[in-house]
Amino acid sequence: MIALLLAQTLVISGATVYPVSRPKLERATVIIKDGRITAVGTHVAAPANATRIDATGMWVTPGFIDGAGQLGLTEIGNVSGTNDAGVKSDTVAAAFNVLEAINPASTLIPITRMAGVLTTLATPETGLIRGQAVLIDLDGTTVEAMLVRSPAAMVVEISEQTKDLSGGSRASSAARLRQILDDAQEFRTRRADWSRAQLHPLAASAADLTALAPVLRAELPLVVIANRRSDLETALRIAQTYRLKLVLASAAEGWQIADRIARARVPVLIQPLDNIPSYDELSPRLDNAALLAKAGVRVALLEPDTHNARNLRQQAGNAVANGMPWDGALRAVTLTPAEIFGVANRYGSLDSGKVANVVVWSGDPFEFSTRVTHVFIRGKEIPLTSRQTELLERYRKLPPEY
Amino acid sequence: MRHASAALLLAAAAAVAAPNATRAQARVADSISADRAQYPSTYARHPNPPVLITDATIMTAAGREIAHGAILLRDGRIAAVGTAAEVPAPPEATRVDGAGKWVTPGIIDPHSHLGVYAAPNTDAEQDGNEMTSPVTAEVWAEHSFWPQDPQIALAIAGGITTIEVLPGSGNLIGGRTVVLKMIPARTVQEMKFPGARYGLKMACGENPKRVYGKRNQFPSTRMGNMAGYRAAFIQAEDYRRRWDKWRQDRRGDPPERNLRLETLAEVLRGNMYVQVHCYRADEMAQLLDLAREFGFRIRAFHHAVEAYKVADLLSQAGTAAVVWADWYGFKEEAMDGIQQNAALLEQGGARVSLHSDDPGGIQHLNQEAAKAMYDGQRAGIPVTRDQALRWITANPAWVLGIDSTVGTLEPGKMADVVVWSGDPFSVYSQAVQVYNDGWLVYDRADPKHQPRSDFELGQEPAAGAAR
Repeated sequence: MIALLLAQTLVISGATVYPVSRPKLERATVIIKDGRITAVGTHVAAPANATRIDATGMWVTPGFIDGAGQLGLTEIGNVSGTNDAGVKSDTVAAAFNVLEAINPASTLIPITRMAGVLTTLATPETGLIRGQAVLIDLDGTTVEAMLVRSPAAMVVEISEQTKDLSGGSRASSAARLRQILDDAQEFRTRRADWSRAQLHPLAASAADLTALAPVLRAELPLVVIANRRSDLETALRIAQTYRLKLVLASAAEGWQIADRIARARVPVLIQPLDNIPSYDELSPRLDNAALLAKAGVRVALLEPDTHNARNLRQQAGNAVANGMPWDGALRAVTLTPAEIFGVANRYGSLDSGKVANVVVWSGDPFEFSTRVTHVFIRGKEIPLTSRQTELLERYRKLPPEY
Repeated sequence: MRHASAALLLAAAAAVAAPNATRAQARVADSISADRAQYPSTYARHPNPPVLITDATIMTAAGREIAHGAILLRDGRIAAVGTAAEVPAPPEATRVDGAGKWVTPGIIDPHSHLGVYAAPNTDAEQDGNEMTSPVTAEVWAEHSFWPQDPQIALAIAGGITTIEVLPGSGNLIGGRTVVLKMIPARTVQEMKFPGARYGLKMACGENPKRVYGKRNQFPSTRMGNMAGYRAAFIQAEDYRRRWDKWRQDRRGDPPERNLRLETLAEVLRGNMYVQVHCYRADEMAQLLDLAREFGFRIRAFHHAVEAYKVADLLSQAGTAAVVWADWYGFKEEAMDGIQQNAALLEQGGARVSLHSDDPGGIQHLNQEAAKAMYDGQRAGIPVTRDQALRWITANPAWVLGIDSTVGTLEPGKMADVVVWSGDPFSVYSQAVQVYNDGWLVYDRADPKHQPRSDFELGQEPAAGAAR
């Protein structure tokens, strides 16, 4: 039955629709055809042969986007054979793109999408320059079918961990980053000299330097994971020098320099519930997202726990509880991450022409009492089942019928 | 055998009374360390005026949800709770306007490593796992506990009033747990919950066999784990017999004191609660058999992601399941965690408690209860709001054996009370006031009642109230 829906026009009607790109619409209709949204509004005529979903009393939003985690790259946390997220042999892995490691058969994918998180950033782990992250939709039997954008970002970490990968000082890791960026610039213009061995030794492999070219052209966002205020400032300084398209991630002490981040027009990816102090973040706060947003910073919200990426809505709800406006929090899990990763022309809002990643909720998506009633990825209705729902059904009555 | 026998309870009373033994015994008793006070609690209630909270929605965790209710706290006890008419309003009471607010019992986390894995979480704070031998029943979590852990204040701001701190799960038998009042204090002794018994931390499955197997030491398999527990309790049986005999007849020298076996003997006497880290359903069944072999009872399986598969066995054994709302997948034995674990256990008649095992999660156990309740209801499993609240109050109190003192809002109970900005099962609600034994330990609106550890002093800029 679900397969049949593919070819049909779908009409979701009667709902409170949050397009995100504009104010909410009461008793509105969303029309989906051939994987795209074709109309959103209160006076939209539904085609006669359409499949109708009565969503009266329901809320409709774009699919949530989590700009973090390792969905598709990991199955079981401490089983290394199922983990493909990091190049452990090299601290500079700019050429590493996670794409071919993504496992479309991961059991985590149905668990996540049935909770309304439909697009995630498959993010490389470990290293000073971790590699290239890939944005995927959580449906499809091949990675090609899931792909939204590759690469979607180059990921760097500046922290107490990565300083130790570069000599042991934050200054030495910053210097190393600058040297690599300098060499990437030089390599771009003197490739022929390099081929003839007429270039000084380079700070990274030719493949890594090549991979950094779109970062230097400010085409590919450079996501810098950092928390300490001084590390965030280092990232801002480097981005200014090389005119990079910087995105700060985690940024636990970002609230301390919110104005400066706003002036630099740098967006920030925040884990709202991160408030445990360490020497890398001595003063994290639960209202970090709220304070940054108030200062005019574009904020996207994260749930970095891969297995529980479905709790992105809990993170967003907590951001609201700590002062972030509700509309801003909804934008921070839909349109803002789409903008940050360069796919806002296709994702992040309910507008005609956009990819039909749509969630129907029984109420406010951030509330625990709310359930997902329908999920559409690229216009296809996704069954709300997973390995976990099968376990539930098997053990609903004891003893189970094996 | 659902309840500990009367004889065991008497033995427990005797053990507790030992430090104050009669003069007749004192001549002999004073001569050995085992008869002296063993690291007693120095907890003292903080004096404060009575507090009257009015016009709030009061969730008692004892069956009632009272709209426009009132609650009176006096001398560290709940003096009265009910409708406005049912609760006296003494003139000397500090009045708290509860309009639009909700009141619950203090939240209890029966599985925490605060203080033993303290922030800032450097090597210097790794004090939770004595992984130098698979059986370390001789270590006590309280001897690692750092009262200046900044995570304590964060948990208090989340409505936590009592925790059990456990040693880690790297060992088969990790050591003694400790039950603590969540109050600002200089020493762990000041925080020790008065009258609470000790627990024994044990661990099943992957952790102990990984820790020792990697070193090519025993145990390296699950069967090795079982043999390890059995060997330890066989020794403890012998130790208990020798000491109990000596205590009865006082003939000759006392047996040599052995801290490891002393703790295990207390388990065999029924004086300590056995708290077992265990994920897989089949291993829970093995541990229940172990307990039968040695005649002790397992109070609770912690983490218990597969407990829903054996809700009937747990119900029969009278063993609680202490679970997360939705954690799964971080290791193989956690792969079958489902969001309906708590609800299915409740339906199956087992006693359910939530826990955090995490300095972040402990700050919003109310949210975890909300998730577990709604995920159950969504799947058609009936769970009431009162039951879900009991998952984080009355039931963890039972797991720690302090349910006659805390865990519900009933007259005579300790005045551990949280005032919430709204329905505690809403993601938007926050604890606005936390009373511990009647003492206002946290007030979201008043920086004077927002404890900060020594560790946090001198930070520039200072973190704000919304930490």
